[in-house]
Amino acid sequence: MKNFKNIALSILLITAMLAGLSGCDSGGDSNIIPAQGRLRIATTTSLYDTGLWNALEDRFEEEEGIRLDILYAGTGIALEYGRRGDVDAVAVHAKATEEQFIADGYGIERIPFAYNYFVIVGPAEDPAGIADLSPEEAFKKLYDTQTTFISRGDASGTHTKEKAIWKAAGYDYEEVTSAGSWYVEAGKGMGPTLQMASEMDGYTLSDMGTFLAYKGETGLVTVVDEGSILLNVYSFIVIDPDKVEGADAEKAQILADFLVSDEIQQFIKDYGTADYGDSLFIPCAGNEPTS
Amino acid sequence: MGELWQGIIRALELIVTFDPEVMAITFRSLGISTSACLIATLICLPLGSLIHFTNFKGKNLLVSLIQTFYSLPTVLVGLLVFILFSRAGPFGNLNLMFTPALMIIGQSLLVMPLMLGLIISALVSLDKTVADTAFSLGASRFQAGLLSLKEARYAVITSVIMGFGRAISEVGLAMMVGGNIRGFTRILTTAISLETSKGDIELSLALGFILLLISLAINVILSQLQRVEKSAAR
Repeated sequence: MKNFKNIALSILLITAMLAGLSGCDSGGDSNIIPAQGRLRIATTTSLYDTGLWNALEDRFEEEEGIRLDILYAGTGIALEYGRRGDVDAVAVHAKATEEQFIADGYGIERIPFAYNYFVIVGPAEDPAGIADLSPEEAFKKLYDTQTTFISRGDASGTHTKEKAIWKAAGYDYEEVTSAGSWYVEAGKGMGPTLQMASEMDGYTLSDMGTFLAYKGETGLVTVVDEGSILLNVYSFIVIDPDKVEGADAEKAQILADFLVSDEIQQFIKDYGTADYGDSLFIPCAGNEPTS
Repeated sequence: MGELWQGIIRALELIVTFDPEVMAITFRSLGISTSACLIATLICLPLGSLIHFTNFKGKNLLVSLIQTFYSLPTVLVGLLVFILFSRAGPFGNLNLMFTPALMIIGQSLLVMPLMLGLIISALVSLDKTVADTAFSLGASRFQAGLLSLKEARYAVITSVIMGFGRAISEVGLAMMVGGNIRGFTRILTTAISLETSKGDIELSLALGFILLLISLAINVILSQLQRVEKSAAR
Protein backbone atom coordinates (compact mmCIF):
# COMPACT_ATOMS: atom_id res chain seq x y z
CA MET A 1 0.00 0.00 0.00
CA LYS A 2 2.78 2.36 0.92
CA ASN A 3 4.61 1.51 -2.27
CA PHE A 4 1.53 2.13 -4.31
CA LYS A 5 1.17 5.58 -2.85
CA ASN A 6 4.79 6.35 -3.59
CA ILE A 7 4.42 5.27 -7.17
CA ALA A 8 1.25 7.25 -7.61
CA LEU A 9 2.93 10.31 -6.19
CA SER A 10 5.99 9.96 -8.40
CA ILE A 11 3.83 9.63 -11.47
CA LEU A 12 1.93 12.75 -10.48
CA LEU A 13 5.10 14.74 -9.99
CA ILE A 14 6.69 13.58 -13.22
CA THR A 15 3.55 14.38 -15.17
CA ALA A 16 3.45 17.83 -13.65
CA MET A 17 7.06 18.47 -14.61
CA LEU A 18 6.60 17.17 -18.14
CA ALA A 19 3.48 19.25 -18.60
CA GLY A 20 5.46 22.25 -17.45
CA LEU A 21 8.36 21.56 -19.78
CA SER A 22 6.26 20.85 -22.81
CA GLY A 23 4.40 24.04 -21.96
CA CYS A 24 7.57 25.86 -22.91
CA ASP A 25 7.13 24.60 -26.45
CA SER A 26 3.42 25.02 -26.88
CA GLY A 27 3.66 28.61 -25.67
CA GLY A 28 3.86 29.78 -29.26
CA ASP A 29 7.62 29.77 -29.36
CA SER A 30 9.69 26.66 -29.44
CA ASN A 31 12.99 28.37 -28.77
CA ILE A 32 13.80 29.93 -25.44
CA ILE A 33 17.02 31.66 -26.55
CA PRO A 34 16.11 33.12 -29.92
CA ALA A 35 17.79 36.49 -29.56
CA GLN A 36 18.88 36.16 -33.18
CA GLY A 37 16.37 37.01 -35.84
CA ARG A 38 14.19 39.08 -33.52
CA LEU A 39 13.95 42.81 -33.51
CA ARG A 40 13.75 44.33 -30.06
CA ILE A 41 12.54 47.82 -29.31
CA ALA A 42 11.63 49.76 -26.20
CA THR A 43 8.62 52.03 -26.42
CA THR A 44 7.34 54.81 -24.24
CA THR A 45 4.43 53.75 -22.04
CA SER A 46 2.08 56.33 -23.55
CA LEU A 47 2.33 54.72 -26.99
CA TYR A 48 1.88 51.25 -25.52
CA ASP A 49 -1.08 52.04 -23.25
CA THR A 50 -3.13 53.24 -26.22
CA GLY A 51 -2.74 49.79 -27.79
CA LEU A 52 -1.08 51.26 -30.90
CA TRP A 53 2.03 49.10 -30.64
CA ASN A 54 0.05 45.90 -30.24
CA ALA A 55 -1.73 46.68 -33.50
CA LEU A 56 1.48 47.70 -35.27
CA GLU A 57 3.30 44.61 -33.96
CA ASP A 58 0.82 42.24 -35.60
CA ARG A 59 0.96 44.06 -38.94
CA PHE A 60 4.73 44.35 -38.96
CA GLU A 61 5.30 40.70 -38.11
CA GLU A 62 2.90 39.63 -40.81
CA GLU A 63 4.16 41.94 -43.55
CA GLU A 64 7.89 41.82 -42.92
CA GLY A 65 8.22 38.36 -41.39
CA ILE A 66 10.37 39.67 -38.55
CA ARG A 67 9.50 38.86 -34.96
CA LEU A 68 9.14 42.07 -32.99
CA ASP A 69 9.72 42.21 -29.23
CA ILE A 70 8.32 45.27 -27.51
CA LEU A 71 9.41 46.44 -24.09
CA TYR A 72 7.19 48.78 -22.09
CA ALA A 73 9.42 51.51 -20.69
CA GLY A 74 9.38 55.25 -20.11
CA THR A 75 11.65 57.38 -22.31
CA GLY A 76 14.38 57.51 -19.63
CA ILE A 77 14.78 53.78 -19.19
CA ALA A 78 14.12 53.11 -22.89
CA LEU A 79 17.14 55.23 -23.83
CA GLU A 80 19.17 53.50 -21.09
CA TYR A 81 18.30 50.10 -22.64
CA GLY A 82 19.51 51.57 -25.92
CA ARG A 83 22.82 52.74 -24.44
CA ARG A 84 23.40 49.33 -22.87
CA GLY A 85 22.66 47.55 -26.13
CA ASP A 86 19.62 45.68 -24.85
CA VAL A 87 17.36 46.98 -27.63
CA ASP A 88 17.86 47.73 -31.32
CA ALA A 89 15.69 50.83 -31.47
CA VAL A 90 13.55 53.07 -29.28
CA ALA A 91 10.26 54.93 -29.76
CA VAL A 92 10.31 57.90 -27.41
CA HIS A 93 9.11 61.48 -26.94
CA ALA A 94 11.53 63.89 -25.29
CA LYS A 95 13.24 65.96 -27.96
CA ALA A 96 16.07 67.50 -25.95
CA THR A 97 17.02 64.17 -24.35
CA GLU A 98 16.85 62.44 -27.75
CA GLU A 99 19.12 65.03 -29.35
CA GLN A 100 21.66 64.50 -26.58
CA PHE A 101 21.38 60.73 -27.12
CA ILE A 102 22.20 61.16 -30.80
CA ALA A 103 24.95 63.71 -30.11
CA ASP A 104 26.54 61.12 -27.83
CA GLY A 105 26.60 58.74 -30.77
CA TYR A 106 24.15 56.11 -29.51
CA GLY A 107 21.45 56.77 -32.07
CA ILE A 108 21.72 57.17 -35.83
CA GLU A 109 18.97 59.73 -36.37
CA ARG A 110 15.71 60.97 -34.96
CA ILE A 111 12.72 60.01 -37.11
CA PRO A 112 9.55 61.81 -35.95
CA PHE A 113 6.62 59.61 -36.98
CA ALA A 114 3.60 60.97 -35.13
CA TYR A 115 2.59 63.69 -32.75
CA ASN A 116 -0.24 64.95 -30.63
CA TYR A 117 -0.54 67.27 -27.68
CA PHE A 118 -0.15 67.05 -23.97
CA VAL A 119 -3.13 68.02 -21.89
CA ILE A 120 -3.57 68.91 -18.26
CA VAL A 121 -6.43 66.74 -17.03
CA GLY A 122 -8.30 66.74 -13.75
CA PRO A 123 -11.67 66.27 -12.02
CA ALA A 124 -14.70 67.65 -13.87
CA GLU A 125 -15.40 70.15 -11.04
CA ASP A 126 -11.97 71.73 -11.61
CA PRO A 127 -11.35 72.45 -7.89
CA ALA A 128 -8.29 74.62 -8.56
CA GLY A 129 -10.10 76.70 -11.20
CA ILE A 130 -7.41 76.41 -13.85
CA ALA A 131 -9.63 75.94 -16.92
CA ASP A 132 -8.71 78.14 -19.88
CA LEU A 133 -5.42 79.27 -18.35
CA SER A 134 -2.17 78.79 -20.21
CA PRO A 135 -0.22 75.68 -19.12
CA GLU A 136 2.34 77.81 -17.27
CA GLU A 137 -0.30 79.82 -15.42
CA ALA A 138 -2.21 76.66 -14.61
CA PHE A 139 0.87 75.12 -12.99
CA LYS A 140 1.44 78.33 -11.01
CA LYS A 141 -2.09 78.18 -9.71
CA LEU A 142 -1.77 74.50 -8.78
CA TYR A 143 1.38 75.37 -6.86
CA ASP A 144 -0.21 78.31 -5.07
CA THR A 145 -3.41 76.48 -4.16
CA GLN A 146 -1.53 73.28 -3.29
CA THR A 147 -3.97 71.17 -5.28
CA THR A 148 -3.17 67.47 -5.67
CA PHE A 149 -1.04 66.87 -8.74
CA ILE A 150 0.16 63.43 -9.79
CA SER A 151 3.50 63.48 -11.52
CA ARG A 152 4.84 60.53 -13.51
CA GLY A 153 8.08 60.96 -11.59
CA ASP A 154 9.89 58.41 -13.74
CA ALA A 155 12.14 60.34 -16.14
CA SER A 156 9.74 59.55 -18.97
CA GLY A 157 9.01 61.89 -21.86
CA THR A 158 5.86 63.11 -20.15
CA HIS A 159 7.80 63.74 -16.96
CA THR A 160 10.44 65.65 -18.93
CA LYS A 161 7.70 67.79 -20.45
CA GLU A 162 6.20 68.42 -17.03
CA LYS A 163 9.56 69.63 -15.74
CA ALA A 164 9.84 71.94 -18.75
CA ILE A 165 6.45 73.46 -17.94
CA TRP A 166 7.43 74.00 -14.30
CA LYS A 167 10.57 75.70 -15.52
CA ALA A 168 8.65 77.88 -17.96
CA ALA A 169 6.31 78.80 -15.11
CA GLY A 170 9.30 80.11 -13.17
CA TYR A 171 9.89 77.31 -10.68
CA ASP A 172 12.95 75.32 -9.88
CA TYR A 173 11.90 71.65 -10.14
CA GLU A 174 13.55 70.77 -6.80
CA GLU A 175 11.39 73.38 -5.17
CA VAL A 176 8.26 71.75 -6.61
CA THR A 177 9.08 68.19 -5.51
CA SER A 178 9.64 69.38 -1.95
CA ALA A 179 6.66 71.72 -1.91
CA GLY A 180 4.36 69.43 0.05
CA SER A 181 2.19 66.34 -0.01
CA TRP A 182 -0.01 67.74 -2.79
CA TYR A 183 2.75 66.93 -5.26
CA VAL A 184 2.66 63.15 -5.75
CA GLU A 185 5.34 61.26 -7.68
CA ALA A 186 3.74 58.11 -9.03
CA GLY A 187 6.74 56.39 -10.61
CA LYS A 188 4.40 54.55 -12.99
CA GLY A 189 3.39 54.44 -16.63
CA MET A 190 0.90 56.90 -18.14
CA GLY A 191 -2.18 54.68 -17.80
CA PRO A 192 -1.63 53.86 -14.12
CA THR A 193 -0.86 57.53 -13.39
CA LEU A 194 -4.21 58.56 -14.89
CA GLN A 195 -5.91 55.94 -12.72
CA MET A 196 -4.14 57.37 -9.68
CA ALA A 197 -5.19 60.92 -10.55
CA SER A 198 -8.75 59.69 -10.80
CA GLU A 199 -8.61 57.85 -7.46
CA MET A 200 -7.03 60.83 -5.71
CA ASP A 201 -9.14 63.54 -7.37
CA GLY A 202 -6.02 65.23 -8.63
CA TYR A 203 -4.64 66.78 -11.79
CA THR A 204 -1.98 65.31 -14.02
CA LEU A 205 -0.19 65.97 -17.29
CA SER A 206 -0.97 63.37 -19.93
CA ASP A 207 -0.44 62.83 -23.61
CA MET A 208 -3.69 63.13 -25.56
CA GLY A 209 -3.63 59.54 -26.83
CA THR A 210 -3.41 57.77 -23.51
CA PHE A 211 -5.88 60.19 -21.99
CA LEU A 212 -8.49 59.45 -24.66
CA ALA A 213 -7.89 55.73 -24.29
CA TYR A 214 -8.46 55.95 -20.51
CA LYS A 215 -11.06 58.71 -20.43
CA GLY A 216 -13.99 56.33 -20.02
CA GLU A 217 -12.63 54.62 -16.94
CA THR A 218 -11.14 57.58 -15.14
CA GLY A 219 -13.86 60.20 -15.37
CA LEU A 220 -11.17 62.86 -15.74
CA VAL A 221 -11.65 65.75 -18.17
CA THR A 222 -9.33 67.97 -20.19
CA VAL A 223 -8.76 71.17 -18.28
CA VAL A 224 -5.97 72.86 -20.20
CA ASP A 225 -5.18 71.93 -23.79
CA GLU A 226 -3.79 75.04 -25.46
CA GLY A 227 -0.26 76.34 -25.48
CA SER A 228 2.68 75.74 -27.79
CA ILE A 229 4.63 74.10 -24.97
CA LEU A 230 2.18 71.18 -25.08
CA LEU A 231 3.36 69.79 -28.42
CA ASN A 232 4.23 66.08 -28.08
CA VAL A 233 6.34 64.51 -30.81
CA TYR A 234 7.03 60.78 -30.96
CA SER A 235 10.17 59.73 -32.73
CA PHE A 236 11.87 56.50 -33.61
CA ILE A 237 15.62 56.16 -33.13
CA VAL A 238 17.70 53.32 -34.53
CA ILE A 239 20.62 52.44 -32.25
CA ASP A 240 23.99 52.96 -33.93
CA PRO A 241 25.86 49.63 -34.10
CA ASP A 242 29.18 51.51 -34.47
CA LYS A 243 28.78 52.76 -30.92
CA VAL A 244 26.70 49.98 -29.38
CA GLU A 245 27.98 46.56 -30.27
CA GLY A 246 25.44 44.02 -31.41
CA ALA A 247 22.59 46.40 -32.20
CA ASP A 248 20.67 45.22 -35.25
CA ALA A 249 20.37 48.45 -37.24
CA GLU A 250 19.35 46.65 -40.41
CA LYS A 251 16.12 45.23 -39.00
CA ALA A 252 15.47 48.37 -37.01
CA GLN A 253 15.67 50.41 -40.23
CA ILE A 254 13.03 48.15 -41.78
CA LEU A 255 10.73 49.06 -38.91
CA ALA A 256 11.61 52.75 -39.30
CA ASP A 257 10.68 52.63 -43.00
CA PHE A 258 7.53 50.71 -42.10
CA LEU A 259 6.50 53.42 -39.62
CA VAL A 260 6.80 56.29 -42.10
CA SER A 261 5.28 54.39 -45.03
CA ASP A 262 2.08 55.92 -46.42
CA GLU A 263 0.01 52.95 -45.44
CA ILE A 264 1.10 52.89 -41.79
CA GLN A 265 0.92 56.67 -41.50
CA GLN A 266 -2.71 56.42 -42.59
CA PHE A 267 -3.20 53.58 -40.10
CA ILE A 268 -1.79 55.75 -37.29
CA LYS A 269 -4.05 58.61 -38.36
CA ASP A 270 -7.15 56.40 -38.17
CA TYR A 271 -6.07 54.57 -35.06
CA GLY A 272 -8.59 54.88 -32.24
CA THR A 273 -11.20 56.92 -34.14
CA ALA A 274 -13.66 54.05 -34.01
CA ASP A 275 -13.24 53.52 -30.26
CA TYR A 276 -12.64 57.00 -28.95
CA GLY A 277 -14.38 59.20 -31.48
CA ASP A 278 -11.21 61.16 -32.07
CA SER A 279 -7.88 60.24 -33.58
CA LEU A 280 -5.17 59.70 -30.99
CA PHE A 281 -2.17 60.61 -33.14
CA ILE A 282 -1.39 62.87 -36.06
CA PRO A 283 1.10 61.27 -38.45
CA CYS A 284 4.10 63.36 -39.55
CA ALA A 285 6.09 61.01 -41.81
CA GLY A 286 9.60 61.79 -40.69
CA ASN A 287 9.22 65.57 -40.53
CA GLU A 288 9.37 67.65 -37.37
CA PRO A 289 5.96 69.23 -36.73
CA THR A 290 6.20 72.88 -35.81
CA SER A 291 2.93 73.60 -34.07
CA MET B 1 -19.01 45.34 -6.88
CA GLY B 2 -20.52 44.97 -10.35
CA GLU B 3 -17.09 45.28 -11.89
CA LEU B 4 -15.76 42.43 -9.79
CA TRP B 5 -18.71 40.19 -10.56
CA GLN B 6 -18.54 40.84 -14.30
CA GLY B 7 -14.81 40.33 -14.13
CA ILE B 8 -15.23 36.95 -12.47
CA ILE B 9 -17.72 35.74 -15.07
CA ARG B 10 -15.56 36.89 -17.96
CA ALA B 11 -12.52 35.36 -16.29
CA LEU B 12 -14.21 31.99 -15.99
CA GLU B 13 -15.20 32.24 -19.64
CA LEU B 14 -11.60 32.83 -20.64
CA ILE B 15 -10.53 29.76 -18.67
CA VAL B 16 -13.20 27.25 -19.69
CA THR B 17 -12.96 28.19 -23.37
CA PHE B 18 -9.18 27.65 -23.22
CA ASP B 19 -8.50 31.14 -24.52
CA PRO B 20 -5.25 30.72 -26.51
CA GLU B 21 -3.53 33.73 -24.99
CA VAL B 22 -4.41 32.74 -21.43
CA MET B 23 -3.26 29.17 -22.08
CA ALA B 24 0.00 30.28 -23.70
CA ILE B 25 0.81 32.57 -20.77
CA THR B 26 -0.03 29.84 -18.26
CA PHE B 27 2.11 27.20 -19.94
CA ARG B 28 4.96 29.65 -20.34
CA SER B 29 4.80 30.41 -16.63
CA LEU B 30 4.77 26.72 -15.74
CA GLY B 31 7.57 25.93 -18.17
CA ILE B 32 9.89 28.66 -16.92
CA SER B 33 9.35 28.00 -13.22
CA THR B 34 9.58 24.21 -13.64
CA SER B 35 12.84 24.50 -15.53
CA ALA B 36 14.20 26.90 -12.94
CA CYS B 37 13.29 24.46 -10.15
CA LEU B 38 14.81 21.54 -12.02
CA ILE B 39 18.11 23.39 -12.37
CA ALA B 40 18.04 24.56 -8.76
CA THR B 41 17.30 21.00 -7.57
CA LEU B 42 20.16 19.54 -9.58
CA ILE B 43 22.52 22.02 -7.94
CA CYS B 44 21.06 22.00 -4.43
CA LEU B 45 20.84 18.23 -3.87
CA PRO B 46 24.58 17.54 -4.14
CA LEU B 47 25.53 20.92 -2.66
CA GLY B 48 23.19 20.45 0.31
CA SER B 49 24.53 17.02 1.18
CA LEU B 50 28.09 18.20 0.66
CA ILE B 51 27.54 20.99 3.17
CA HIS B 52 25.77 18.63 5.57
CA PHE B 53 28.39 15.88 5.51
CA THR B 54 31.44 18.11 5.59
CA ASN B 55 32.67 19.72 8.75
CA PHE B 56 34.41 23.01 8.27
CA LYS B 57 34.95 26.28 10.06
CA GLY B 58 32.07 28.71 9.60
CA LYS B 59 29.55 26.01 8.69
CA ASN B 60 26.96 27.39 11.09
CA LEU B 61 27.53 30.85 9.74
CA LEU B 62 27.05 29.60 6.19
CA VAL B 63 23.81 27.85 7.12
CA SER B 64 22.42 30.95 8.81
CA LEU B 65 23.46 32.99 5.80
CA ILE B 66 21.57 30.61 3.52
CA GLN B 67 18.53 30.92 5.76
CA THR B 68 18.76 34.71 5.65
CA PHE B 69 18.46 34.48 1.87
CA TYR B 70 15.14 32.59 2.10
CA SER B 71 13.35 35.88 1.69
CA LEU B 72 15.80 37.40 -0.76
CA PRO B 73 13.89 40.26 -2.44
CA THR B 74 13.05 39.28 -6.01
CA VAL B 75 13.81 42.73 -7.38
CA LEU B 76 17.30 42.54 -5.90
CA VAL B 77 18.01 39.28 -7.73
CA GLY B 78 16.45 40.95 -10.78
CA LEU B 79 18.81 43.90 -10.52
CA LEU B 80 21.83 41.64 -10.10
CA VAL B 81 20.90 39.49 -13.10
CA PHE B 82 20.15 42.62 -15.14
CA ILE B 83 23.59 44.12 -14.41
CA LEU B 84 25.35 40.84 -15.19
CA PHE B 85 23.49 39.92 -18.37
CA SER B 86 22.66 43.26 -19.96
CA ARG B 87 24.67 43.57 -23.16
CA ALA B 88 26.94 46.12 -21.49
CA GLY B 89 27.49 43.70 -18.57
CA PRO B 90 30.08 40.95 -18.08
CA PHE B 91 27.88 38.22 -19.61
CA GLY B 92 26.36 40.56 -22.19
CA ASN B 93 27.76 38.70 -25.20
CA LEU B 94 25.63 35.67 -24.31
CA ASN B 95 22.75 37.79 -25.58
CA LEU B 96 20.28 36.49 -23.02
CA MET B 97 18.69 39.75 -21.90
CA PHE B 98 14.88 39.74 -22.06
CA THR B 99 14.61 36.02 -22.92
CA PRO B 100 12.86 33.18 -21.08
CA ALA B 101 16.28 31.57 -20.65
CA LEU B 102 17.42 34.45 -18.47
CA MET B 103 14.20 34.30 -16.46
CA ILE B 104 14.98 30.64 -15.77
CA ILE B 105 18.49 31.53 -14.61
CA GLY B 106 17.15 34.31 -12.41
CA GLN B 107 14.42 32.21 -10.85
CA SER B 108 16.78 29.34 -10.11
CA LEU B 109 19.12 31.79 -8.35
CA LEU B 110 16.12 33.10 -6.45
CA VAL B 111 14.89 29.74 -5.14
CA MET B 112 18.28 28.16 -4.52
CA PRO B 113 18.81 29.47 -0.98
CA LEU B 114 15.36 28.26 0.07
CA MET B 115 15.85 24.83 -1.47
CA LEU B 116 19.38 24.47 -0.17
CA GLY B 117 18.39 25.47 3.36
CA LEU B 118 15.40 23.14 3.46
CA ILE B 119 17.44 20.24 2.07
CA ILE B 120 20.10 20.78 4.73
CA SER B 121 17.53 20.87 7.51
CA ALA B 122 15.87 17.77 6.06
CA LEU B 123 19.22 15.99 6.34
CA VAL B 124 19.83 17.38 9.84
CA SER B 125 16.49 16.13 11.12
CA LEU B 126 17.13 12.68 9.66
CA ASP B 127 18.09 10.08 12.21
CA LYS B 128 21.88 10.16 12.43
CA THR B 129 22.02 6.37 12.47
CA VAL B 130 21.20 6.29 8.74
CA ALA B 131 24.47 7.84 7.70
CA ASP B 132 26.40 6.11 10.50
CA THR B 133 25.15 2.71 9.44
CA ALA B 134 26.02 3.44 5.86
CA PHE B 135 29.53 4.52 6.82
CA SER B 136 30.02 1.48 9.08
CA LEU B 137 29.04 -0.74 6.16
CA GLY B 138 31.82 0.87 4.16
CA ALA B 139 29.83 3.39 2.12
CA SER B 140 31.61 6.32 0.54
CA ARG B 141 30.48 9.82 1.38
CA PHE B 142 28.67 10.02 -1.92
CA GLN B 143 26.82 6.77 -1.25
CA ALA B 144 25.93 7.84 2.28
CA GLY B 145 24.65 11.16 0.96
CA LEU B 146 22.56 9.44 -1.66
CA LEU B 147 21.08 7.09 0.92
CA SER B 148 20.29 9.94 3.31
CA LEU B 149 18.59 11.96 0.60
CA LYS B 150 16.58 8.90 -0.30
CA GLU B 151 15.54 8.43 3.32
CA ALA B 152 14.62 12.10 3.60
CA ARG B 153 12.85 12.10 0.23
CA TYR B 154 9.56 13.57 1.41
CA ALA B 155 11.22 16.53 3.05
CA VAL B 156 13.39 16.94 -0.05
CA ILE B 157 10.41 16.91 -2.39
CA THR B 158 8.72 19.41 -0.08
CA SER B 159 11.66 21.75 -0.44
CA VAL B 160 11.49 21.50 -4.22
CA ILE B 161 7.79 22.28 -4.26
CA MET B 162 8.30 25.21 -1.90
CA GLY B 163 10.90 26.51 -4.33
CA PHE B 164 8.47 26.10 -7.21
CA GLY B 165 5.84 28.03 -5.28
CA ARG B 166 8.24 30.92 -4.79
CA ALA B 167 9.31 30.89 -8.43
CA ILE B 168 5.85 30.82 -9.99
CA SER B 169 4.48 33.60 -7.81
CA GLU B 170 7.26 36.16 -8.13
CA VAL B 171 6.86 39.19 -10.36
CA GLY B 172 9.77 41.59 -9.79
CA LEU B 173 12.50 39.51 -11.34
CA ALA B 174 10.42 38.33 -14.29
CA MET B 175 9.53 41.92 -15.09
CA MET B 176 13.10 43.22 -14.89
CA VAL B 177 14.97 40.51 -16.77
CA GLY B 178 12.13 39.20 -18.95
CA GLY B 179 10.67 42.55 -19.91
CA ASN B 180 7.10 41.22 -20.18
CA ILE B 181 7.27 40.90 -23.97
CA ARG B 182 3.94 39.79 -25.43
CA GLY B 183 4.03 36.21 -26.68
CA PHE B 184 7.61 35.68 -25.53
CA THR B 185 8.44 36.52 -21.92
CA ARG B 186 4.99 37.44 -20.63
CA ILE B 187 4.04 35.16 -17.75
CA LEU B 188 1.12 35.02 -15.33
CA THR B 189 2.41 37.50 -12.77
CA THR B 190 3.78 40.11 -15.18
CA ALA B 191 0.64 39.88 -17.30
CA ILE B 192 -1.55 40.53 -14.26
CA SER B 193 0.58 43.50 -13.34
CA LEU B 194 0.42 44.99 -16.86
CA GLU B 195 -3.22 44.22 -17.61
CA THR B 196 -4.34 45.78 -14.34
CA SER B 197 -2.45 48.95 -15.17
CA LYS B 198 -4.05 48.94 -18.61
CA GLY B 199 -7.45 48.50 -17.04
CA ASP B 200 -8.14 45.02 -18.43
CA ILE B 201 -9.46 43.66 -15.16
CA GLU B 202 -11.09 40.55 -16.67
CA LEU B 203 -7.92 39.14 -18.11
CA SER B 204 -6.09 39.95 -14.87
CA LEU B 205 -8.73 38.11 -12.86
CA ALA B 206 -8.63 35.09 -15.17
CA LEU B 207 -4.87 34.90 -14.87
CA GLY B 208 -5.15 35.45 -11.12
CA PHE B 209 -7.54 32.50 -10.84
CA ILE B 210 -5.14 30.27 -12.68
CA LEU B 211 -2.31 31.35 -10.41
CA LEU B 212 -4.51 30.59 -7.46
CA LEU B 213 -5.32 27.14 -8.88
CA ILE B 214 -1.63 26.41 -9.26
CA SER B 215 -1.01 27.45 -5.63
CA LEU B 216 -3.89 25.24 -4.58
CA ALA B 217 -2.41 22.29 -6.48
CA ILE B 218 0.95 22.90 -4.80
CA ASN B 219 -0.74 22.97 -1.44
CA VAL B 220 -2.63 19.74 -2.07
CA ILE B 221 0.55 17.97 -3.14
CA LEU B 222 2.36 19.28 -0.06
CA SER B 223 -0.24 18.15 2.42
CA GLN B 224 -0.53 14.81 0.63
CA LEU B 225 3.21 14.43 1.00
CA GLN B 226 3.07 15.14 4.69
CA ARG B 227 0.35 12.54 5.15
CA VAL B 228 2.37 9.95 3.29
CA GLU B 229 5.45 10.89 5.28
CA LYS B 230 3.60 10.44 8.57
CA SER B 231 2.20 7.07 7.62
CA ALA B 232 5.63 6.02 6.38
CA ALA B 233 7.14 6.96 9.72
CA ARG B 234 4.73 4.72 11.56
